[in-house]
Amino acid sequence: MSTSSMSAPVAQPLSGPVVAAEVRTVALLLGTAVAALLVYYFIGVDQGAMSVFGKSMYIHEFFHDGRHFLGFPCH
Amino acid sequence: MEKQLIGRGVLAGAAAGLAAFVFARVFAEPVIGKAIAYESARDVVQARLDRAAGLTVPAAGPDLFSRTVQADVGAGVGLILFGAAMGALVAVAYAICLGRTGAIRPRPLALLVALFGFIGIYAVPFAKYPANPPGIGHADTIGPRGALYLVMVASSCLLLFLAVYVGQRLATRYSTWTASVLTGLAYLGAIAVVMALLPALGDLHNNVVEYGRHATETPLPLRDARGTIVFPGFPADVLAQFRFYSITAQVIVWGVIALAFAPLAERVVAPQDSAARQDRRPLVRT
Repeated sequence: MSTSSMSAPVAQPLSGPVVAAEVRTVALLLGTAVAALLVYYFIGVDQGAMSVFGKSMYIHEFFHDGRHFLGFPCH
Repeated sequence: MEKQLIGRGVLAGAAAGLAAFVFARVFAEPVIGKAIAYESARDVVQARLDRAAGLTVPAAGPDLFSRTVQADVGAGVGLILFGAAMGALVAVAYAICLGRTGAIRPRPLALLVALFGFIGIYAVPFAKYPANPPGIGHADTIGPRGALYLVMVASSCLLLFLAVYVGQRLATRYSTWTASVLTGLAYLGAIAVVMALLPALGDLHNNVVEYGRHATETPLPLRDARGTIVFPGFPADVLAQFRFYSITAQVIVWGVIALAFAPLAERVVAPQDSAARQDRRPLVRT
């Protein structure tokens, strides 16, 4: 065994929250989650049960195969 | 640190979506093609039966995109964006969990977060409302079907979050093992109640009125006025294959997110863990 592995820091379990609950951090995490859910919505839900851009089917038809495949309900 | 984690989550997710698309393009598209061929042939027979019965036949909607665009571009963009979005959600959940979920190390924690994403967002909702190929699903029930599916996704994710939260409290009193088994069972019990309360798709009002009582919307054989079967029901093998490939694709999405994000996140959160592992490699003596 080499000396470098003896002196290498031993992996420690985390002792407390790493990402603190500060306003800026919370805003970033929340914003990211909302953006991800919007993507989820447009790929899977929009122009089926409800529609943001009126009664067209362009988003629905473009993502058609992926929508079926990812398990979303479709026409 | 959060920014780095999110960036890496999105990257791992996009790669996962790309891998799932390659799989889908090779294996699932032929199955989708068979389902669409069945749907088209059935529509022709249905129109003939309707005309014979003196009904007016509604015109089919226009094809906005060709099948090639749907299969090669739409599915690819859709799966990559879906993967990136799920990678972002995993990164957010991971950042929140770090240090708040007991003594687990950063790398296995990333694997667990991705596993819970798979269970909460896809696997459990699938158990109630499984994925269907084109040709299955009535146009006039898309409203309630879409809403029911989202209720299922939201409930399974919310209950999973509650299970983890309660599990953390229980782990102070019992061992981690016992707390995990107890909250796991509680999750199964709670989600079973939700599934029992939500209606089967065949029980939706429009379906009962139009087709009678059936469990699902999977097309049954077409019969003429004398009751003779003139067109078969939806081919069972195509449905089974499609669902198997749908599950496989989601396993690929969440599996690649887990395997790619875990080491990337560890290097951000605990570089000493990553470095320690490097040092444990056997030395080549010269």
